[in-house]
Amino acid sequence: MISKFETVPIRTKFFTKGTSILAVMAGLGILGYVYRLFFGLEAATNLSNAYPWGIWKTINVVAGVALAAAGFTTAAVADIFHRERYHVLVRPAILTAMLGYTFAVIGLIADLGRYYNIWHPIIPSMWQGDSVLFEVGMCVMMYLCVLYIEFLPTIVEHYRDGVRLPGLLSCLNSLVESLLEVCERYLIRFISLFIIAGVVLSCLHQSSLGALMLVAPTKMHPIWNTPMSPVLFLFSAIAVGFPILIFELILISRTFHRPPPIPLLSNVARYVPVLLGVYLAVRIGDLTLREVWPNVMEGTFASFAFIFEIVVGVILPIILLSRDRLRQSASWLLVGSVLVILGVIVNRVNVFLVAYRPLYAVSPYFPSIIEITVTVGLISIMILIYRFFIVRLPVLPRASQLQSASSEEPKPLATQLKGE
Amino acid sequence: MRKDRRAFLKVSAVAAGTLAAGAAPAADYRRVDNFLQTYGVLVDTVLCVGCRKCEQACQVANGPCDRDPELLLDRSVFDTPRRPDECAYTVVNRFADPDSPNRSYWIKSQCMHCNEPACVSACIVGALTKDHRGPVVYDTWECIGCRYCFLACPFDIPAYEYANPLDPQVRKCTFCHDRFSDRGFRPACVKVCPGGALTFGARGELIDLAFIRIKQSPDRYIDRIYGQHEVGGTSWMYLTGTDFANTSLPEVIDRPISDLTETIQHGVFKSFVPPIALYGLLGLIMHSLKDTKREAGKNHDKQV
Ligand code: SF4
Ligand code: SF4
Repeated sequence: MISKFETVPIRTKFFTKGTSILAVMAGLGILGYVYRLFFGLEAATNLSNAYPWGIWKTINVVAGVALAAAGFTTAAVADIFHRERYHVLVRPAILTAMLGYTFAVIGLIADLGRYYNIWHPIIPSMWQGDSVLFEVGMCVMMYLCVLYIEFLPTIVEHYRDGVRLPGLLSCLNSLVESLLEVCERYLIRFISLFIIAGVVLSCLHQSSLGALMLVAPTKMHPIWNTPMSPVLFLFSAIAVGFPILIFELILISRTFHRPPPIPLLSNVARYVPVLLGVYLAVRIGDLTLREVWPNVMEGTFASFAFIFEIVVGVILPIILLSRDRLRQSASWLLVGSVLVILGVIVNRVNVFLVAYRPLYAVSPYFPSIIEITVTVGLISIMILIYRFFIVRLPVLPRASQLQSASSEEPKPLATQLKGE
Repeated sequence: MRKDRRAFLKVSAVAAGTLAAGAAPAADYRRVDNFLQTYGVLVDTVLCVGCRKCEQACQVANGPCDRDPELLLDRSVFDTPRRPDECAYTVVNRFADPDSPNRSYWIKSQCMHCNEPACVSACIVGALTKDHRGPVVYDTWECIGCRYCFLACPFDIPAYEYANPLDPQVRKCTFCHDRFSDRGFRPACVKVCPGGALTFGARGELIDLAFIRIKQSPDRYIDRIYGQHEVGGTSWMYLTGTDFANTSLPEVIDRPISDLTETIQHGVFKSFVPPIALYGLLGLIMHSLKDTKREAGKNHDKQV
């Protein structure tokens, strides 16, 4: 990810009113996390033998990983398919993915009963090739390494002119410097290999996340109990990649009072209805083939959850984002992308919690206060770190470059897809 | 439900077929002897009198929680249905016989020690294994506590020590496997059962025994053994006097639960061909588009 554009830190104050609110939520989240580590899952969560997986797995891990898909979709479009104009998006996308995956793992640690054994899947004697979860775990771990490598250029670039660590740490300056030099010389030279590996690994585990619940065919609601689930998970992850970036860039432009880069955003937004359309078509085909439309109409909570997921999270954004006029407005772009993001989160919650029907459920699962606090807290920390990075490190291009990044007339989509 | 399932299979077939032609169903080699030699237990619910002695014996032999064994014979617990949990590896529940309301059935539930256990297939590290003699065994040391085995088990058997912050374990019936090689071994619950409702032996012989009982009193039993084919067969099998639907024995499928996921896994990772092929393809695209794009990129830079 050597940026082809000049990327610069935003250089502004880190603390504002917004960040202090986030900091408070982050603090509460950390307290909840520590409470769980000391007092155990029973004290901190509403998990039970009937509902062994709660929102930490569903939202922090599964949905978090889906929303971090921007990293691989953008890398594929900009670096593998060489659509240079989207290069400005690569660094924010990699940063998003890196934080998303890192915090997915942190969330997972809270959820694991024996979290200190989290490294066990790496040990060859414990490899378990039959397990979908094993594959997800291995791919996520390897992809996390790839993401750190992909982010390296940003750090190397920043410290190229010399490392100046504060205080006592300054004795490490030359060591860190030579380390960075080694990175630059060896890792970054071969970065294309890592970029491709990142895309392959992502395709594997994004789809495998959809295969996780296929191991419980007798306990799943028919709507979501489909062998197409891996394909659906992969497609929806690809579709949510750009919306996440649109969402981030618009929020960044609002918080830092920069003009939103409308031409660029509306340009990428054109792909969203197409990707969502493919997803919707597969989804409908699958429901029809399995003859489960009666279940969609059955009027239960699950069926309403499904209708919400599809109408609000898929159909509505397709309608909104396929309008040229709406794509020229930052607010509508924001609305459209938020809906897509919401749709993916609701889908993951539906598959893992709503569709799951244990045999001996006494009462349905609802997350405890501490579970919610930790989930919100981890997301807040993630946003704070994101802010820290874009303020301090060269992640984003200059505002003017963002503006002009895609200023040439967008060609009709058909020619775009065929390649310029 | 049935129709549902057929359609599911239809789509599975399409999906699996496109995945990798020739990825054999995962566990074929294990099916060779149909698990007739492994050990199992036949639960004859018609002979069960609901005394709860098996619960008590299990608690004494394996009990992870400190519970007064005397209380374990109290029959008032039958008023609310219970499930096996981290403190009780087996529980007995009462069911009314829909044909004659004055009669009751009792059904003991515990881990079924499936022939092709979904929990074993699901476990991320192999902390659960199928012993060739029958028991499905848990290894605390390997377990990471992800509780994926809970989702996989079609009988909702594994239970967790959620209250333990540092050293929680997955708890389920052990089949008393630590004493398996003892002379004249029988599981604690089987040994204590006064009504002859529990029989321990080789699975094949138990199936024969069950059919003999069905033949001898066809009016008392329905003509099926729960666990003979369910989820690919289980070590623990049940005879009932009423349709399975009236009991707590869940409606499952006759194939092993993990067939589909294992077929997908093995298809995608068959000698790592699909991932490597994808890697090569992307590399090719990246390389071949590079040259045509370099020109365009230069022009683009000039514009900016
Ligand atoms: S009953 Fe459940 S826990 Fe027991 S072996 Fe079968 S799948 Fe595993
Ligand atoms: S909780 Fe333990 S035994 Fe169960 S799947 Fe996870 S690692 Fe395996």
